[in-house]
Amino acid sequence: MSISIKVQTHDFSVGEQHNALSSNNKSDGAVVTFTGLVREFSSGDNVIALELEHYPGMTEQLLQSIAEQAQTRWQLARISIIHRVGYLALGEQIVFVGVTSRHRQAAFEGAQFIMDYLKNHATFWKKEHFKDSSNWVEFKQSDKQALSKWQSIEQDAIK
Amino acid sequence: MAAGSETNLDNMNAAAGQVKVLFFGQLKERLKCDKLTVDIAHPLSITAFKHMLVEQKPHWQAWLEERDVLCALNQTMSSSDELVKAGDELALFPPVTGG
Repeated sequence: MSISIKVQTHDFSVGEQHNALSSNNKSDGAVVTFTGLVREFSSGDNVIALELEHYPGMTEQLLQSIAEQAQTRWQLARISIIHRVGYLALGEQIVFVGVTSRHRQAAFEGAQFIMDYLKNHATFWKKEHFKDSSNWVEFKQSDKQALSKWQSIEQDAIK
Repeated sequence: MAAGSETNLDNMNAAAGQVKVLFFGQLKERLKCDKLTVDIAHPLSITAFKHMLVEQKPHWQAWLEERDVLCALNQTMSSSDELVKAGDELALFPPVTGG
């Protein structure tokens, strides 16, 4: 089992990530990846960029812990998590989660679990930049609700 | 006798010391401060520690005591009744918004 965690300013290639997950991997029949992009927000002005900051050291530990939690729940042989920080323009890639498993269900669920926990626990903060102003993004209750489906392991999960 | 006095002094010195405080996100921006070092004489709860900061900088009260501020002690999420000790790293920040 392997876990790769990266917090970086530079972009990543989904193709390269996919290759790293699938190459020399004869036991797994499923690769699921998720890529998050900077989008135009619907409220008010159009977002032209995002600025992301994080807590170096703690963020990597939390992401590692989330990945390990996922591996205790599903048979996920390989997990790769990349989160970018810094100034990201509209359309740029922000986050990547990729997992491999023997079958698709574990891979789908594992990837979703990791994203749900990342959104709720990983120490990143996002600021939206508009044409003439900027605004820190508020925590969304919908992200908290997304955790409820994993409630059975919530009790012993990452604080 | 002399040795006993030294031990007591050592214990006092061990309890007193510096705490590294970090701020992130909107909190960092509003306080206009990303980090500071604070001297403490003895261990105290995170709540008491925040109050000590507010006594030194009253204009921080609205951000540290009246808002939803999360705390991490030595890079582990912590509740506000946990004790801050000399040598600790305490981070204070708003709810996270990554992904």
